[in-house]
Amino acid sequence: MTLDISAIRKEFPILKTSIGKYPLIYFDNGATAQKPQAVIDCINQYYQAENANIHRGVHHLSQLATEKYEAARGVIKSYINAAHDYEVIFTKGTTDGINLVAQSFGKLLQPGDEILISQMEHHSNIVPWQMIAEERGLQLRYIPINERGELDLTTIDELINNNTKIVAITHISNALGTINPIEEIIEKSHKVGAKVLIDAAQSLQHTTVDVQKIDCDFLVFSGHKIFGPTGVGILYGKEDVLNQMPPYQGGGDMIKTVTLEKTTYNNLPHKFEAGTPNIVGGIGLGKAIEWLSQFDLEAIAQYEQELLDYATEKLLKIEGLKIFGTSAKKCATISFLIDNTHPYDVGTLLNQQGIAVRTGHHCTQPIMDFYKIPGTIRASFSFYNTKEEIDLFIGALNKAVMMLK
Amino acid sequence: MTITEKEQGLIDSFSIYDDWMDKYEYIIELGKDLPLISEDQKTDENIIKGCQSTVWLAAEKREDKIIFTADADAIIAKGIIAILIEVMSNESPDTIINAKLDFLKEIGLQEHLSPTRSNGLVAMVKQMKMYALALKMK
Repeated sequence: MTLDISAIRKEFPILKTSIGKYPLIYFDNGATAQKPQAVIDCINQYYQAENANIHRGVHHLSQLATEKYEAARGVIKSYINAAHDYEVIFTKGTTDGINLVAQSFGKLLQPGDEILISQMEHHSNIVPWQMIAEERGLQLRYIPINERGELDLTTIDELINNNTKIVAITHISNALGTINPIEEIIEKSHKVGAKVLIDAAQSLQHTTVDVQKIDCDFLVFSGHKIFGPTGVGILYGKEDVLNQMPPYQGGGDMIKTVTLEKTTYNNLPHKFEAGTPNIVGGIGLGKAIEWLSQFDLEAIAQYEQELLDYATEKLLKIEGLKIFGTSAKKCATISFLIDNTHPYDVGTLLNQQGIAVRTGHHCTQPIMDFYKIPGTIRASFSFYNTKEEIDLFIGALNKAVMMLK
Repeated sequence: MTITEKEQGLIDSFSIYDDWMDKYEYIIELGKDLPLISEDQKTDENIIKGCQSTVWLAAEKREDKIIFTADADAIIAKGIIAILIEVMSNESPDTIINAKLDFLKEIGLQEHLSPTRSNGLVAMVKQMKMYALALKMK
C-alpha cells in the first residue's frame, strides 16, 4: 500500500499554520506529534456528549464513558499485541510509567542488586533509577555508547550478570535516532533472570512492536508522540510481574475494600490506576492508534527512511556540518551541529523562517558529555513531512549559516 | 541620556528594518559592541541560569551607577544582552529595578519575552535587576 502524503497532511489542521509569512514546517516530531482531525473530533465529542466518571456510575453516561475507555485499552492491547487487556496500564506518559516501575518493582530489590541502563537514555530513564538505587542501596550501571551513537555491546556479558535484576533501555534514542538491538538485550537479560523495560517513547509512531514476540517484561510510551493527546501514556507489563509488584499510588479505583485499618487491593490493571484517570486522554489515545493502524506501518517506515536519507544527504553538503548519531539503523531523527555556529542561534533563525526544530541537550546530557558538546540541533520527521519541506529547511539553514558566519 | 531616550534610540534604529533577516543582522551587529566581561569573571557564578546558550553577566557600582559587562557563546544571545546593557548600564539601581523595558515589544523582540521561552531574555533582565538590588545595598 502506498501512502497518499498530501491527503494525510490534510488531516492535520495545524499543518496549515503560517509563522509570519512562512508556512509552518514542523520538524519537532520527536518532542511531540501533531494531531489528526479524527483525534481532535474524538476529544470534542467526549466533552460534548459523553463526559462522565468511569468505573463507578450505574447511569448511562458513566457506562458509556467506561465502555469507551476500556475499548481504548483494547485497541492499545491489540496494537502492541499484549496477551491481555489488563496488562495495559494507563499512565500520564513515558516518564510516569518508568517512575511506576522504578518505585514499585524497585521495592522488590535488595542492596547490591544491579540495575542496567545505557549512556543514551533520556533523563526520564535515568533519574527514576538513580532515585530508587540511592533509596535501596542498588547498583546503577550503564551500557556505554560508541562514536556512531550505538550501544557498545563489547562488555555486555559482564554488564548483564547474576546480580542484574532489571535492564531499562530505550528502543530508539530521542537525541540520536539510533534503533537499538532490544531483542538481543532482552534475550541476554532473561538468561540471568533479569526483567527488561523498553522505553518505546520514540518508536511506536515509526514502527510496530509486538511485546510478546520481543518478550519484554515492560514497555512504556507516551500518547502525545503517537498522534494522541498529551498527559496520557501506557505501561505494558507482563501479568505475573505486575502481580508481584506492590501498588505505586493509593487512592480510589485501585482498592478492593478499605477499612480504616486495612485495604485490600484491586486486580490488574486497576491496582496501578489510582484516582480518576485522564479519561479523554485514554479515549483519544485509542482513537490515535486506531487512526494510525489504518496505514501500512511498513510503508510509513519506508517513507520515513526516504526522508531520513534525503535530508542526511542534503545536510552533509553544508560545509562544516556534523551529524551526531550515524548508526546504520536509525529512525528519521537527525542531530547535528555546524562549525562555528551555536545551536541556539541556528534554531532562532530557523524559527524566523517558520521551521520548528529542537535545540539543546534533548534531556540527554550524558550523550552530550560523551561527544563533549553543549547540545545539538535536532530535526525529527513524521510521515506527514515531505521532501519539499526538507528542501525549504535546507534553504533556511543555509541562510541562517550565512548570517552567522 | 535618560533610559527612555536610550530606549527610543533603539526603537528608531530598529524601525528601519521590516524584514526579520535585517533585524537579526542588526542584533548580531550590536553584539559586536558589547562591553565584554573580563576573562577572569567568566565563572560559573556569573552564568545566567535559564538560557540555552551560555551568557556571563557581571555588574559593578561606579559613583551610584551600575555598569554591566557580559559575553555569550551564541551571537544572537550576545546581541540581545548587548541591547539590554545599552539601555540598563550606567543607570542608578532604582532606575534599573523599575525599568519596564516596553521598547522590547516595539523593536519586535516580544517573542523573546514570554517567561516560558528558553532563550533567556527574561532571565537576563531578572539577573540585571538582581544585581541592581544587591549593589543598591552596598
